Amino acid sequence: MKVEQISVFIENKSGRLAEVSGVLGDANVNIRALSLADTSDFGILRLIVDDSEKALSVLRDKHFTVNKTEVIGVEVPDRPGGLSSILKILDNNQINVEYMYAFVERSGSNAVIIFRFDNVDQAIAVLLKNGVNILDGKKIISI
Amino acid sequence: MIWNDDFETLPREAIESLQLRRLQQTLERVYATVPFYRKAFDQLGVKPKDIKKLEDLQRLPFTLKKDMRDNYPYGLFAVPLEQIVRIHASSGTTGKPTVVGYTKRDIETWTELMARSFYAAGAHKGDVIHNAYGYGLFTGGLGAHYGAERIGASVIPMSGGNTKKQLMIMQDFGSTVLTCTPSYSLFLAEVAAEEGIDIRKLKLKVGILGAEPWSEKMRQEIESKLNIKAIDIYGLSEILGPGVGIECIEAQNGLHVWEDHFLLEIINPETQEVLPDGEKGELVITTITKEGIPLIRYRTRDITCLTREPCICGRTHARIERLSGRSDDMLIIRGVNVFPSQIESVLFTIKGIEPHYQLLVDREGTLDTLEVLVEVDEQTFSDEVRKLQQLSGLIQKQIKDLLGVTCKVRLVEPKTLARSEGKAQRVIDNRTKITS
Repeated sequence: MKVEQISVFIENKSGRLAEVSGVLGDANVNIRALSLADTSDFGILRLIVDDSEKALSVLRDKHFTVNKTEVIGVEVPDRPGGLSSILKILDNNQINVEYMYAFVERSGSNAVIIFRFDNVDQAIAVLLKNGVNILDGKKIISI
Repeated sequence: MIWNDDFETLPREAIESLQLRRLQQTLERVYATVPFYRKAFDQLGVKPKDIKKLEDLQRLPFTLKKDMRDNYPYGLFAVPLEQIVRIHASSGTTGKPTVVGYTKRDIETWTELMARSFYAAGAHKGDVIHNAYGYGLFTGGLGAHYGAERIGASVIPMSGGNTKKQLMIMQDFGSTVLTCTPSYSLFLAEVAAEEGIDIRKLKLKVGILGAEPWSEKMRQEIESKLNIKAIDIYGLSEILGPGVGIECIEAQNGLHVWEDHFLLEIINPETQEVLPDGEKGELVITTITKEGIPLIRYRTRDITCLTREPCICGRTHARIERLSGRSDDMLIIRGVNVFPSQIESVLFTIKGIEPHYQLLVDREGTLDTLEVLVEVDEQTFSDEVRKLQQLSGLIQKQIKDLLGVTCKVRLVEPKTLARSEGKAQRVIDNRTKITS
C-alpha cells in the first residue's frame, strides 16, 4: 500500500540538483516522480525511484543528507473536480495533508497523486473506506 | 579642558611613585582577602613585600577572564558583600556572565574617571548629554550617566533602541553630546536621513563612542555624516566599565589611560613576555585603587601599543593606540561580546545537531550581522520544510536567549564546513578590518 519516498537536503547552490540526478543516473536508478520544496536557503528534493535502497546508498556515498519516508499513491479521476473529491474526503475526516505532488504518468484513465500524511495508516483507512483506490507500491514504481 | 589638573598632569616620576605605593597596598589587600590571589602568589613563591619597584610587577601572576568565571559570582571580591553597593555583569563564554562588584569608593572613582573622560572629549557643564548606552547589567549606561552628572551636564538617560524617539528627543531637547557605540551613531544618521531630518544641522558637537572596535575610516564617516567630533572611549567591565581610557579632543591621537588608577603593560600574548613601549601586543591592566574586585595583571585580550610621550593636551598619562584587534576569538557584534564557543554550547544542547558550524559576520549598512551556518545530518533532516524551519528557529531563539544577539541561521549540507582538526575556520568576519 505504502510507497517509499526518499528526500534529499539541497543547499541553494547552483548545480546541486544536477548533481543529485547525475549520481542517480550513474547508478542506473530511475526517477518515477519528484517534487522540490524550496525556501530561501535550502530545498528538499523528494523522489520516488525504482530502487530506493540503491538510491539512498549512492547518495550517502556522495555525502548527501537523505532520509526515507512512507507516502501513498492515490488514483484520482482525471477530470475536473477529481482531486477535489479526494481532498473533501480527507477534510471531512480531519486528515491533514503534509504535502502532495502529482505523478507525471497516468494509471489507465486516472492521474496519480502522491500524498504525505502525518498519520499514514489512518489516512489509508479513511481513503479505503471511501472507495478511493490506493496504488500498490510496486505498481507505482513500475508505471 | 582638564577636569582634575592635579592628577591628570602629574609629572611622570610622581605618577610612578604613586603607582608603586598604590600597587603595594593593593597586593597586601588581595593577598589577605582573596584566596585565589593568595594561592596564585604562593604558587609562584612571591609575597606582596617582594614587590619593591614597578618592574617587579612582572613577577606576579596574570588574571584571566576564565579566572573570573571559575570564581563566579563573588569569589574574587576583596570585600564582604555588604560593602558592595553595585553589581554589574558582562556576557561570559559559557552563558555565565562575568560579575563585578563596586564599593561606594569604586563608584566614586568610576564617576571621577568618567568626568575626566567627558572633559577630555570636550564636554562640560551646559552640555546636554544624550546617553544612548544601554542601562542595566551592562556598565555603559550607568557609567556614563554618573560622570555626566558629576561634570554638571544635563544628562538624558536614553539607553539603547527606539531610534526614531532618540532622534525626536535629540532635536527637541537640543542634545549636544552623544554617547553610544560607533555603529549606532551611524545608524542614527541613517534613520535620520530616512525621516527627512538633517542630523548635521542639530546641536550635536561631539560623539563619545566605544564598546566596540572601530577604524579611522569609520571615524571619518561618522564625523562627516553627523557633523561632530568622534572621540574613542575605552573600557571593560572587569576593570571598571567605560572611562578606563579616552582620546583627548585636542589630539585625537591615542587614548589616555588613567595611570593613577591603573598599571599598564603590553605583553606578547604567546610568550607572555613584557614588550617595550611602542611595540604592539596584548594590553594587561592592574587596578591599583579598586576595592570591590581588584585585578592583578588582567589580560584584556585587546591588541594595542603604548606610548608615554607627552601629549599636546597637557595630560601626562600614557596613551594606548586605537585597538586593532583581539588576541582571542571574541567577536563584538552590535556592541555585544560573542565567543564562538558560546554558539557552540547552544548547538550542543540541541538534539541531533552536529557541532560543525561557521559564523559569518558582516556589516549591512551600519549594522553588524551574524549568520550561523549549521550542518544538517540525517538525524535532524526531515522531508518537511516546516520541521527544518522549526529547527533553525529554535537555534536562533536559543542564541538570542543566551547572547541577546539576533542572528540568521542557515542550514547547510553536511561535511561542507571545516572540521575542527587542522585549522578550522570557525569565523569569517567580512567587516572592514579594524586597523586604521
